[in-house]
Amino acid sequence: MTGTSTGSITDGGGTATAAASPTAAPGAITQVKKFNIDTVEHAAKTPDTELPWAELGLKQNEFDEIVKVLGRRPTGAELAMYSVMWSEHCSYKSSKNHLRQFGEKVTPEMKKDMLVGIGENAGVTNLGDGWAVTFKIESHNSPSFVEPYQGAATGIGGIVRDIISMGARPVAVMDPLRFGAIDHPDTARVMHGAVAGIGGYGNSLGLPNIGGEMVFDSVYQGNPLVNALAVGVMRHEDIRLANASGKGNKVVLFGARTGGDGIGGASVLASESFDDTKPSKRPAVQVGDPFAEKVLIECCLELFKGSLVEGIQDLGAAGISCATSELASNGDGGMAVELTSVLLRDPTLTPGEILMSESQERMMAVVTPENVEAFEAVMDKWAVEYAWLGEVTDSGRLIITWEGEVIVDVDPRTVAHDGPVYDRPFARPEWQDAVQADTFTGSVQDAGRPSAPAELAKAVTELVASPNMCSKSWITNQYDRYVGGNTSMAYPDDAGVVRVDEETGLGVALATDANGRYTYLDPYHGAQLALAEAYRNVATSGAVPMAVSDCLNFGSPEDPDVMWQLAEAIRGLSDACMVLGIPVTGGNVSLYNQTGTTPIHPSPVVAVLGKLDDVARRTPSGWREDGQAIYLLGTTAAELDGSEWANMRGHLGGQPPKVDLDAERALGEILINASRDGMIDSAHDLSEGGLAAALVESSLRYGVGARIALQDVLDRDGVDLFTALFSESQGRAVVGVPRSEEVRFTDMCTARGFAHTRIGVVDAASGTLEINGVESLSLDALREAHEGTLPKYFG
Amino acid sequence: MTELPLIGEPIAAAADASGARGLAGARIGVVTFPGTLDDRDAARAVRLAGGTAVELWHADKELGDVDAVVIPGGFSYGDYLRAGAIARFAPLMSKIIDAANSDAKLPVLGICNGFQILTESHLLPGSMIKNDHLKFMCRDQVLRVENSNTAWTLDYETGQEITVPLKNQDGQYLADDKTLDALEAEGRVVFRYVGFNPNGSRRDIAGISNAAGNVVGLMPHPEHAVEPGFGPESAGSGGAGVGGSDTDGLGFFTSVLTKIVGGK
Repeated sequence: MTGTSTGSITDGGGTATAAASPTAAPGAITQVKKFNIDTVEHAAKTPDTELPWAELGLKQNEFDEIVKVLGRRPTGAELAMYSVMWSEHCSYKSSKNHLRQFGEKVTPEMKKDMLVGIGENAGVTNLGDGWAVTFKIESHNSPSFVEPYQGAATGIGGIVRDIISMGARPVAVMDPLRFGAIDHPDTARVMHGAVAGIGGYGNSLGLPNIGGEMVFDSVYQGNPLVNALAVGVMRHEDIRLANASGKGNKVVLFGARTGGDGIGGASVLASESFDDTKPSKRPAVQVGDPFAEKVLIECCLELFKGSLVEGIQDLGAAGISCATSELASNGDGGMAVELTSVLLRDPTLTPGEILMSESQERMMAVVTPENVEAFEAVMDKWAVEYAWLGEVTDSGRLIITWEGEVIVDVDPRTVAHDGPVYDRPFARPEWQDAVQADTFTGSVQDAGRPSAPAELAKAVTELVASPNMCSKSWITNQYDRYVGGNTSMAYPDDAGVVRVDEETGLGVALATDANGRYTYLDPYHGAQLALAEAYRNVATSGAVPMAVSDCLNFGSPEDPDVMWQLAEAIRGLSDACMVLGIPVTGGNVSLYNQTGTTPIHPSPVVAVLGKLDDVARRTPSGWREDGQAIYLLGTTAAELDGSEWANMRGHLGGQPPKVDLDAERALGEILINASRDGMIDSAHDLSEGGLAAALVESSLRYGVGARIALQDVLDRDGVDLFTALFSESQGRAVVGVPRSEEVRFTDMCTARGFAHTRIGVVDAASGTLEINGVESLSLDALREAHEGTLPKYFG
Repeated sequence: MTELPLIGEPIAAAADASGARGLAGARIGVVTFPGTLDDRDAARAVRLAGGTAVELWHADKELGDVDAVVIPGGFSYGDYLRAGAIARFAPLMSKIIDAANSDAKLPVLGICNGFQILTESHLLPGSMIKNDHLKFMCRDQVLRVENSNTAWTLDYETGQEITVPLKNQDGQYLADDKTLDALEAEGRVVFRYVGFNPNGSRRDIAGISNAAGNVVGLMPHPEHAVEPGFGPESAGSGGAGVGGSDTDGLGFFTSVLTKIVGGK
C-alpha cells in the first residue's frame, strides 16, 4: 500500500493482477501490472472511504449528486470519469442554460439547410448537389499558455478529429489568436510557440490554413486565446454520428496508444498504485503527433468509404471516459468494456488515469461483427494499432471491467449528459455605466487629433503599422495555404475560400471575427458586431452566409460581472442569428480565462461559413485594373469608441459602433449579387481601422494604387475627414467596379436603397494612395510600415 | 461529380477531354507514402496537363505500367528522422531507382519531400537541412529555369523566370563544393531562386537533375501552380512578390508528356 497520499481509496481493496490484453498487437507491453483495484463491489462495502473529489475539481454538492445517482460512493475509476465529464469544459454547466437560446431562437429559414445541429461533434450544413459541409471552432487556450507549441498543435489535432468524426474529409483550418501586449517579454514565447505549433501540426496534415485573426492586448497576457477552426466536406450519405447502437456490435479503440499525457488532475488518484516509483505528477498538456493524425484521417476516410463503422467518436477532452459514455448514451444505452485491453504507452497507468488520459490521435468506433475483418484490413494497410475493447449492450449501463472485475457501473447518460447545470448569478457590473459614459471624443487621449494633410498621412501610416492592424504575413507565411490545390483565397483576403467540387466549382468561404473591446463596452451588441463582421467578410468574398460556429472565450462564470457578459453575449448572438437568418451549428465555451480576479475582455469569436456556387466568381480584397471606379457602400457616423485609433491612443470607453443587422443583410445581398453577376472586381469590408485601413489594404493586396476624394461622403454624412477615415461604423464596404458595370451596379444599389458613393479610381501607374486632404502615401512606404511590425518584434 | 479519391486507391482513368490531345495515353505514376500530402495535387497537375495519373502505393512491390513517376511533397513517415530517410527504403522506391537508372531512363520528378527522398536514394547528389532561418516558410517564389533540356523542363526556355509556391521546413540544399562545381559545369542545376533565397540553399540552387536529365528534384511546388484561380496569383499572399500567372508550374507536366509522347 502506498497509503501516503490523502484520500486513499485503496484501503482494504482487493488486489488484481493484470497482464496486457491478449488482443494486443505483437510487441505490446506485457509487463504484469498490479493495482489495488477499487471495484464496484468494494465501493459498496466501504461507503465511508474518503475520496479526493475536491482535488479532482468537484464541488461538495456535485460529489453528493454522484453518490445519489449511483446509490453508493463512486469507485476511483467512476470518480475519475465523473470529475472530468462534469468539468466546466466538458459539461457546459455554467453556460448550458444560456446556450439553449441557440437552439430555441431558430426560424424555418435557418433550419432549411441544417442536416445536423448542435450537440454532435460538429454541425452539418447542406451545400446542394449531394454535398454537405461541417465546421467547428474550439478553444485550446490554457494548454497554449502552459506549453504554446503543443497546446496550439493539439488544438488543431482535436478540432480536425471532430470533423473526421462526422464522416467528412477535412479540407482547411483557420486560427484566431489573441495574445498579450506585443512588447511584453512573454508574448514572444507564446507567439513563437503557438504559431510554430499550428504550422508544425497543420502543415503535416495536408490541410491549407486559409486565415484567422491576430490581436494583441495586455488583457490576454496571462490568458492567450488560441482558437482553432476546421472545415470538412462529405457526401450526404457519408454523414456519421457518435452513437453506439446494435447489441453485440464491437467497440474498438484505434490510433495512437494511450499514454500519461493530459491527465495532470488524475495524479491525485496515484494512490491506486502499488508502485512508488511511478511518476507522481502527470503532464497536464497533451503532446501531438501529426503524422499519426494524418494516417488516422486517411484510415478513417477509408473506413467511411467502405461503410465499416456504425458510430464513431474522437477522443479529446476526458478521453475514454467521454468516448464510452457519449457513444453509449447516444445509442442503445449500454456498453461493456474491458479496460486492460487498451494499448498503453506507459504500463504504469492506473485505471483512472487510462480513463482520463487525453492522449491525442485516438478514435473509438462501433463495428458490426461482420465488418470486423474488413476493419482490421484497413488498420493493417495504414499500420494503425487497434484494440477491441468490448461491445454494445442493451443493459442501459456502461460497465467497465479490469481483468473481469467491475470498476465502473453507471448509467452513461448521468456521465455524459445529465451533469450538473448551474444558474449562476449575474448582474450588470456597477462599473459598466461609467465605462460607457467615458467617450473617446474630447477625452485626454483625443488631444491633438490629426487634421492637417501631413498629420493625417502620418496617422494612416501609424494605423496600418499598429500591432492589430499590421500585416499578419509573418504568421501566415509559416502555414501551408496551397496544399490540396483547392484554395481559391486565403489571408489577406477577407475570407478564406476553398473549392469543394472540382467539376462545378462549388465551394465554401469562411471568416472568423471578434472584437473584445466592443464586447467589453457592450456584451450584447459586441457579440452581434462579431457576427456582423464575420457575415460581412463572407459576403464580401461573394459567398452566401449559411451557418455559424462560435467559440465563447470569457473569464470566470463565478464572477457575476463575467457571467453577465456571457449571458448578454449569448443573448445578443442568438438574437442576431435570427435577424440574419443563419443558425449556430456548433461551437465551444471557454471559461475561467482570467488572471487572479482580472478577466480577459469577453471574446466571443464567431465563425461564419458561406457557399459559393462557383469559386471562380469569388471577389478578392484588392483592386488591379487601372481606371476602375471605387465605391464606398454604407454610411459613416462619428464612431470612434472602442476603435483601433482610440486603442492606439490608450483609450477604451464609450459605446461600440451601432449594430444594424438589416443593413448588414442588405449590404451582403449587394455584394453577393455583384459577385455573381460580375459587377465588381474587388471588395473589402470596413471594420477595425475603418476606411483608412481598407483603402491601404485594398491597395497593397496587389500593389496597385488609387486616387480617392471623400468630399461627397463628408457632405452626405456630416463627418470630417479624420472621422471618415478612422470611424468604425458598421455595414460598409469598399468595392472596385469596372467602368462597363458602373451603371448596372449603381442602379442595383439605388433600387435597394443602399447608400453608395463613388470615392475614387484605381491608378495603376502611380504607386501611391492619394487621398484628397491627406499627403500622398507611397505604397512602398505603406508596405514597409504594414509588413515591418511583426518581424520587428518577432524576428 | 468529382468524388474525393482515397489514397492508395487507383484513380479511374481520367482521360476526359484531354484525350483529344493524344496525351492521355501517357501514364504518370504518383507515389503515396504514409504522410504524403500533395499526391492529389500532383495527380491533378498530370490530368490538367493532359496525361493520366496513376496512383502508386509505397508498399507496392512492382512499379507497374507507368511512363514517368512523380514523388510528391509531404512529411513521409512524419519526417521525424531525416526528411525522406525512411521513405527511401519503401519497396516501391527500389523499383523506381532501378527504372530511373535503366536504359529506359524513366523520368522521375521529386517535389519537396520527393526531392529529399531522391537525395536519400542517391538518385540525386547532396542533401537538405533545416532552413537557415529555422522556420517553415510558405511563399510565392520566383525561379529561373537554368536548363530546359531535362525531361521535366522541355517546355520552358532556358533563362525563363517562373513563379511557383514554395513551402518547406527543411529546404536548405547542401553539397560539397566539388559536387556543386560539377553540377554547375554539367548543366545539372535546373532551377535557381531569383530575388530571394528562401532557405539558405548553396548557390541559390532550387532544383537539380541527374546526369541523364531524366531525374529532377526541386524544393518548390510546381503542382500548386497549374490551374487558373488556384495558383500564386489568386491564392497567394499577394503584394510585391506576386507573379503574373497561376499556371507557371504546368510546364513541368506538359514537358514530360511531350517527352513521352513525342519520344524526345
